[in-house]
Amino acid sequence: MAKEKPGAIEVKTFATHHVITQPNRLRKVLRRIPPDIDHDDPVARAEQALADLSGEFKQWMTIEADRLSAAHAVVLRHGFSHETREELFRAAHDIKGDAATFGFPSAGAAAESLCRIIEHAPDLDQVPPELITHHINAIQAIVRERTKLDTAVMAGALSRQLRGIADEFLLKVNRDRPEHLEAILAPSIAPAE
Amino acid sequence: MYRIDFNKLRFLICDDNPHMRRILRTLLHSFGAREVYEAEDGATALEMYTHYVPDIVITDWSMPIFDGLELAQMIRQPESNANPYAPIIMLTAHSEKRRVTVARDAGVTEFLAKPISAKGLYQRILNVVANPRPFIKTKTYFGPDRRRNTSSTYIGPERRVGGEMEVMQQPSLLDKARSSI
Repeated sequence: MAKEKPGAIEVKTFATHHVITQPNRLRKVLRRIPPDIDHDDPVARAEQALADLSGEFKQWMTIEADRLSAAHAVVLRHGFSHETREELFRAAHDIKGDAATFGFPSAGAAAESLCRIIEHAPDLDQVPPELITHHINAIQAIVRERTKLDTAVMAGALSRQLRGIADEFLLKVNRDRPEHLEAILAPSIAPAE
Repeated sequence: MYRIDFNKLRFLICDDNPHMRRILRTLLHSFGAREVYEAEDGATALEMYTHYVPDIVITDWSMPIFDGLELAQMIRQPESNANPYAPIIMLTAHSEKRRVTVARDAGVTEFLAKPISAKGLYQRILNVVANPRPFIKTKTYFGPDRRRNTSSTYIGPERRVGGEMEVMQQPSLLDKARSSI
């Protein structure tokens, strides 16, 4: 192997592919620090910064839930089209990703269940409308009622029940679609709460 | 133990959701980053990528019109004047394993499933800084080596064939890109 020159890319050419090795330009930002004198914890600092931001999370979550309801209202008025489906999916998908960070994990779980319906139902017009409506109402209720005592357990039970019904529906309508069945039954790779 | 000088790194984040952009910005600033550029869609991100030449890109997947997957594919153009080698961290609410494969095949360097955590993001950044993988170019793929490990028990067909033919040095595209701004 040729000796690496500073700033040079090394290309090794094979019959079917090239292997390209760049000098690691980013290595200069790494500092080696003996553990006994390392008192800095950037992760703890970032977690504290997130905690400082958490006063805004309830309002952000309300905005996200209202966006989902607005997208659903458009579906109810105009039916499913590519645009209305996409907006409903993106609104639910954002809640699926954000809600646990904002302190609403059950809303995230209900949004995930709704995303699975939108992604895997063979025909959204054949999905019982109340199945979608119940998901959206549940997310709104979880966000609205979070400040009350004893709602976390109820919110968890509600989102689990919705997921169970949604999965039962999806398994039934996808029984002849193995690629969807596989995706529906595959475990999630999302980090645990 | 290694620590990263975040104040020497330039980040580009791309997410259509303003709340997630705020979370990301907060995390990166807390780590010590000073240069954090933000785009709310893939097209703007691509423009900013060419203009600011970031060290690391963090992108959402699901965005209207021009999504994070397309952004990764546009960045990973081997003949591009912009740097095609920058690490791309895909931060997404997609949580199915098959999505990881799709992202990997688009040239994404690291995959981080939401909900986001400070620890998860820090580890992905540390990984791309400390352990960069070589790039592979084939007829159908250009991106970081998709084989992170060598499996001694692999018994399937070998897709990469042929002995070593030639080794050549080329000037860094990144240096060229940086010198042109």
